[in-house]
Amino acid sequence: MSEKLVVIGNGMAPGRALEHLFATAPGRFDVTIFNAEPRVNYNRLMLSPVLSGEKTYEEIITHDDAWYAVHGVTLYKGNRIEAIDRAAKTVTAADGTVAAYDKLIVATGSSPFIVPIPGADLSGVLVYRDLDDVEKMLQAAKAGGRAVVIGGGLLGLEAAAGLKMRGMDVTVLHLMPTLMERQLDPAAGFLLERSLKARGIDVVTKANTKAILGTDKVEGVELDDGSVITATIVVMAVGIRPSVHLAKDAGLSVGRGIIVGDDLQTSDPDIFALGECVEHRGVCYGLVAPLYEMAAVVAAQLCGDDAARYLGSVTSTKLKVTGIDLFSAGDFAEGDDREEIVLRDASAGVYKRLVIKDDAIIGAVLYGETADGAWFFDLMKKNAPVSAMRETLIFGQSYQGGAPLDPMAAVAALPDDAEICGCNGVCKGKITAAISQKGLTCLDDVRAHTKASSSCGTCTGLVEQLMALTLGDAFNPRAVKPMCGCTELSHADVRRLIVAKALKSIPEVMQELEWKTSCGCAKCRPALNYYLLAEWPGEYQDDKQSRFINERVHANIQKDGTYSVVPRMWGGITSAKELRAIADVADKFAIPTVKCTGGQRIDLLGVKKEDLPAVWADLNAAGMVSGAAYGKALRTVKTCVGSDWCRFGTQDSTGLGVRIEKFMWGSWTPAKVKMAVSGCPRNCAEATCKDVGVICTDAGYEIHFAGAAGLDIKGTEVLTQVKTEDEALEMIVALVQLYREQGHYLERIYKWLKRVGMDSVRAAIVDDLDERRRYFDRFVHSQAFAQRDPWAERASGEVASHEFRPLAEIGMKEVTC
Amino acid sequence: MTDLWHRVGLVTDIPRRGARCVDSPFGRIAVFRTAEDRIFALADQCPHKGGPLSQGIVHDTSVTCPLHNAVISLQSGEMAGPDEGRVRRFAVRVDPLTEVIELSLADNAERLHAAE
Ligand code: SRM
Ligand SMILES: Cc1cc2nc3c(=O)[nH]c(=O)nc-3n(C[C@H](O)[C@H](O)[C@H](O)COP(=O)(O)OP(=O)(O)OC[C@H]3O[C@@H](n4cnc5c(N)ncnc54)[C@H](O)[C@@H]3O)c2cc1C
Ligand code: SF4
Ligand code: FES
Repeated sequence: MSEKLVVIGNGMAPGRALEHLFATAPGRFDVTIFNAEPRVNYNRLMLSPVLSGEKTYEEIITHDDAWYAVHGVTLYKGNRIEAIDRAAKTVTAADGTVAAYDKLIVATGSSPFIVPIPGADLSGVLVYRDLDDVEKMLQAAKAGGRAVVIGGGLLGLEAAAGLKMRGMDVTVLHLMPTLMERQLDPAAGFLLERSLKARGIDVVTKANTKAILGTDKVEGVELDDGSVITATIVVMAVGIRPSVHLAKDAGLSVGRGIIVGDDLQTSDPDIFALGECVEHRGVCYGLVAPLYEMAAVVAAQLCGDDAARYLGSVTSTKLKVTGIDLFSAGDFAEGDDREEIVLRDASAGVYKRLVIKDDAIIGAVLYGETADGAWFFDLMKKNAPVSAMRETLIFGQSYQGGAPLDPMAAVAALPDDAEICGCNGVCKGKITAAISQKGLTCLDDVRAHTKASSSCGTCTGLVEQLMALTLGDAFNPRAVKPMCGCTELSHADVRRLIVAKALKSIPEVMQELEWKTSCGCAKCRPALNYYLLAEWPGEYQDDKQSRFINERVHANIQKDGTYSVVPRMWGGITSAKELRAIADVADKFAIPTVKCTGGQRIDLLGVKKEDLPAVWADLNAAGMVSGAAYGKALRTVKTCVGSDWCRFGTQDSTGLGVRIEKFMWGSWTPAKVKMAVSGCPRNCAEATCKDVGVICTDAGYEIHFAGAAGLDIKGTEVLTQVKTEDEALEMIVALVQLYREQGHYLERIYKWLKRVGMDSVRAAIVDDLDERRRYFDRFVHSQAFAQRDPWAERASGEVASHEFRPLAEIGMKEVTC
Repeated sequence: MTDLWHRVGLVTDIPRRGARCVDSPFGRIAVFRTAEDRIFALADQCPHKGGPLSQGIVHDTSVTCPLHNAVISLQSGEMAGPDEGRVRRFAVRVDPLTEVIELSLADNAERLHAAE
């Protein structure tokens, strides 16, 4: 008589186990399956193509009714098991059916996690797990409107793509900064986000859902920041939880999942468990490959092979959205003991990254071109040594062994009329002719004369190869100084490409411009942050973690780790009230040093970081704001007493200084900007060694700039002479904006001038009134987003409050967290 | 106390590519979170002149000291390049489900290893 095998759950894992079982030992077991879902076994992975309309349910069935009949399996469809009686060795179903077992398999899979927010129980809030869910989504899609998908992981994105293809408007809300962060590094996450947006799917990252709105059905979703997105359905795809209740009630040991050993037995030797419901060696799996491995072991065990063991799996992920190629496997965190190989081909939208440790691949992320995923994955699982093919590894399997084509030979072989620069339509012959006839030796000159590679820059490599061919040894490609070790590009290239390619975030720049490191360094990140901020005011989100500590916490760090605080004193003017507030703050917080700075204001030195918000709050209360003494920003505008008091004063230099400072404070600049206004040529405010200075005369205002009095000492140049205060302000603002748009990070105005030349500055600011106005207007526009006191924002506790509190204290008091 | 694991907070309490401090009988400890959510703990003191490393810029698994730009490996605690010096490391472990970070003050390499 055959033994009785009862299976709870009819998903992919037990389905596969039964296939093995029937192949090895047909007839050995009399099998009964109970399935809560009212149908046969189907390929759950293929639900997404069903949702999108690329497949039908019939096409994804794994075992049809005939299969169960042939193998003598009794299948209860739509009948959930409610209890296991281990003493009696029976299971009881919802409809009262009782079935006895000799061996039992628990394969209850997992259930979607519902975030317990208000409105989560409204009609129209769906999950994505089985065919019923797909049908509900399809029903909703018929009515149209907007679907909001909560969760930017694999399931959420597949649901989003499917609903979009069914004609709905779709918004994906994702809590983390990048999509699929568990599988993808930020660069690949960014590429994915871009492809989804290109398909018209709205993606909102860092989106914390506060509530689902509606009276009896879904009407919208409210985020933490108060914004509301109207919606006709909400799909929750934030994660899954192993379904363990049944096993737990039966007294089996359960952790996160049902605990099984390498033999896949539960704590009861007659009960096996497999699939997403189990926890093996502390791991719960959510992908099908490990479950298939488990299935083979369960079947072998049931057939009497006690030695069969499941040892855990390495998993890989692919996203099944037509047109998006994405593969990820293993561990791709960076680390000292690891090396990484990164290949970025921005024009083709390809990003590949391999993480290597001890001469073997331990992780891989591929985007845009995933054909080699299987090969890399295989090397990774086999722990195969890669040093022999290290150089060409990233190019994939087909590259191994074959002779790679010499790129120089390929360029030399191109005909003269081959187009090199697509943006500007420049052919090879024109470039080589310009190089030899005009004696051009550096890339910038070739760009200036031919326009080749001056727009999107993707043909830069080709142009350089042409230069090498034409000039031979005379060509030194490294004539441009790269920004830092993370890139070959210079500051000028990066600034230009940010505009040309409309790059709007640091990961985007690093991807499109083929950064060599995954996360940049302390040199490039602050520079990129400034360039993006200057280029896209209001749009770019400042990346605080890419700022030097002084700019991040808006105070100057001192040698002992304390900070200094310098409030603005507009044009060097103060009042009894302000001085009293400074004195009170110094007393209240026991600030050791109060000093007059060289910039006509007062510095409070030695403030503890924890005290900063409270110090600022008190200074704010007296009307004072941050003096940005720490920033690549407008610092001080020094003034002299001018016509108000001085017997030589020709104009109101104090008034103009205050006016300039009030107009321009808060703006970020490539390097610090210091200004001064002197009331007469005696120049008591030292205006002729400042970044920008004004010397007032009886005839009006002489505008000076490009002075230096720090590491270098240099008198200013005279830009021009104007008659009124309004003109002076407009001229200065336009000048600073020109510098903001052209300056390299950390390049003071005098160095910038040296690079671009006086003619170009005069042409833009002095000679062309319309142009000057445009620069002025752009500055004013950016100020709308910049002129907020960072101290007030932090004193309120709303911004970066984590900066000023320790995370915990150990041992001294009770542990707080 | 030194052989205990101390709960210090959640992974999400620390900004990515950032750090938070923990006060302990051994002085300030900087707990770092990388772009890829790895957590490390080091004494908050640069081997050069004691700069607070928690205030530096975090890139990959390194931090650049805010005072004079020494680059220190979060993994080994060592200074990069020609400079020599090492910061004391502390073992941390993260519960993958709850994302709770626990830190140990124990001065044994074994624990550091186990936590990795
Ligand atoms: C406080 C102050 C000295 C003082 O006690 O008077 C000062 C203090 C510092 N200066 Fe200065 N400079 C101060 C006026 C100056 C001046 C004079 C001026 O502004 O009229 C100069 C020469 C003018 C110039 O900038 O060209 C000056 C040229 C520098 C330089 C050299 C810059 C250069 O490009 O050559 C540095 C280094 C740098 O920026 O990289 C610097 C850097 C610094 C730093 C920020 C060092 C640092 O990076 O931590 C010091 C911060 C101390 C603090 O926490 O407050 N400081 N520094 C002055 C603050 C003025 C203010 O109210 O904001
Ligand atoms: C839309 C979608 C796309 C996916 N894409 C991929 C992919 O691309 N790659 C990949 O590797 N994985 C993918 N997965 C995951 C994969 O489908 C699962 O890992 C796999 O199906 C799990 O198999 P299982 O047998 O453990 O559980 P399931 O397939 O979930 O089966 C469990 C079954 O048990 C039933 N059940 C539960 N409790 C009881 C009870 N008490 N009594 C009776 N029956 C019960 C349930 O109704 C269910 O039918 C995807 C999943 C979904 C939902
Ligand atoms: S001159 Fe400036 S940078 Fe040098 S010690 Fe004095 S304050 Fe510091
Ligand atoms: S104290 Fe860290 S580099 Fe000097």
